[in-house]
Amino acid sequence: MSGYDRALSVFSPDGHVFQVEYALEAVKRGTCAVAVKGNEIVVLGCEKKSAMKLQDTRITPSKIGLVDDHICLAFAGLNADARILIDKARLEAQSHRLTVEDPVSIEYITKYVAGVQQRYTQSGGVRPFGISTLIVGFDPGSKEARLYQTEPSGIYSAWKANAIGRSSKTVREFLERNHTDSLDRDGTIELTIKSLLEVVQTGAKNIEIAVMTPGNEVAYLQAEEIEKIVEKINTEKDAEAATRRGGRGGAAGPPSAQGQEQVLAERPAGAE
Amino acid sequence: MEVLLGITGKDFTIVAASKATMRGPTVLKSSDDKTRPLSKHTLMAYSGEAGDTVQFAEYVQANIQLYSKRNASELSPYEVSSFVRSELAKSLRSRNPYNVNLLLGGFDPITDKPELYWVDYLASSARVPYAAHGYAQYYCLSTLDKHHHPDISFEQGMKILRMCTDELKRRLPIDFKGVLVKVVTKDGIREEPYEDEKPVYAP
Repeated sequence: MSGYDRALSVFSPDGHVFQVEYALEAVKRGTCAVAVKGNEIVVLGCEKKSAMKLQDTRITPSKIGLVDDHICLAFAGLNADARILIDKARLEAQSHRLTVEDPVSIEYITKYVAGVQQRYTQSGGVRPFGISTLIVGFDPGSKEARLYQTEPSGIYSAWKANAIGRSSKTVREFLERNHTDSLDRDGTIELTIKSLLEVVQTGAKNIEIAVMTPGNEVAYLQAEEIEKIVEKINTEKDAEAATRRGGRGGAAGPPSAQGQEQVLAERPAGAE
Repeated sequence: MEVLLGITGKDFTIVAASKATMRGPTVLKSSDDKTRPLSKHTLMAYSGEAGDTVQFAEYVQANIQLYSKRNASELSPYEVSSFVRSELAKSLRSRNPYNVNLLLGGFDPITDKPELYWVDYLASSARVPYAAHGYAQYYCLSTLDKHHHPDISFEQGMKILRMCTDELKRRLPIDFKGVLVKVVTKDGIREEPYEDEKPVYAP
């Protein structure tokens, strides 16, 4: 492209750094990751690539990584790049503990991760990280969940709920419509799975869920538990569709139901 | 006059470390904790040059924890002891070596066995059923030789520890301010309350 994407630290005349924008493109092609904050809980959800027949899914690395006991990181984009970035974050987390005898705060490690990503957009002989990350957890001694996003450019931002990766726009819009403050545990997990189902066609077996609560180790939901919640969501959806069909002659359904219907119609287009 | 003691039993390892911080003949503090948990099932007790000890212990602790985060698995006490020994061996051959003596008490949840390693600043490491560092060796090993058995219960272990600390109080010329007792079992590391007040007099 016109020579301005050769050296990555070079601007194009209209102010773009093309390599960084290509990195964002790599993120868009990565599998979807969602994070939702609730009341004293934060949930990470990931779309799992369907494994090939002979693949050993039990020991294949997942898209959710543990940075420290109290911090989880999910990413979208290039897996191999993520491994390096997570490793740097883990090293910083331990190094922070060693120097100041305190675990890192979520904001600190986010800033660090974003800082590393920024450095790789401005140094010679390197290319940017082709990943966006969602960093979640609880600050030491705090019961309030934290959720941050970082991007290849080095931007970071705080969220109540967010999605990255393939069709993240669809999922984010879904979250914008359905997220409420102080969701309880079940509500948070359900919203995470529901939002993922917007873009994951194959359902429960391609979803991975990690749950964090203050002072506890991260807990991964079992496949059966996810299956159960997916089934519940599907029956609710069916029931809703049935009532709508029944009530077509009379008044229109409630506004929330209308929103739901629009999403369903939109799904095939958003997924492509 | 720092005291480190370690006793293994049927399903536990007891580690005891004196509570006094000393500088020359002066006692600066009588509630010191000379231990660091390295992982869920491994505890390190240290003595030696002030400053070196904590620096080395925390360095090792951070690296063990980084390893378990990176590989999503806990190192066994034996693996921890190998790492610690190699770090001490490296340090010994450097320009300014650490002067630190260690006891590594642990419990291996896979083999279901308690483990104890005696490590000194010359990077010798030995797996032992019971151990002591410093002057405590002179006074306690005989007691431990006589009373220890691999199958002792926790209560018997604490009883032997009491005999050891009583003997130390009786014979050591400087008060070491009692010991802090920690126990490693399959459930992890915990502190064990230990009565230190009672004076013991030499005959």
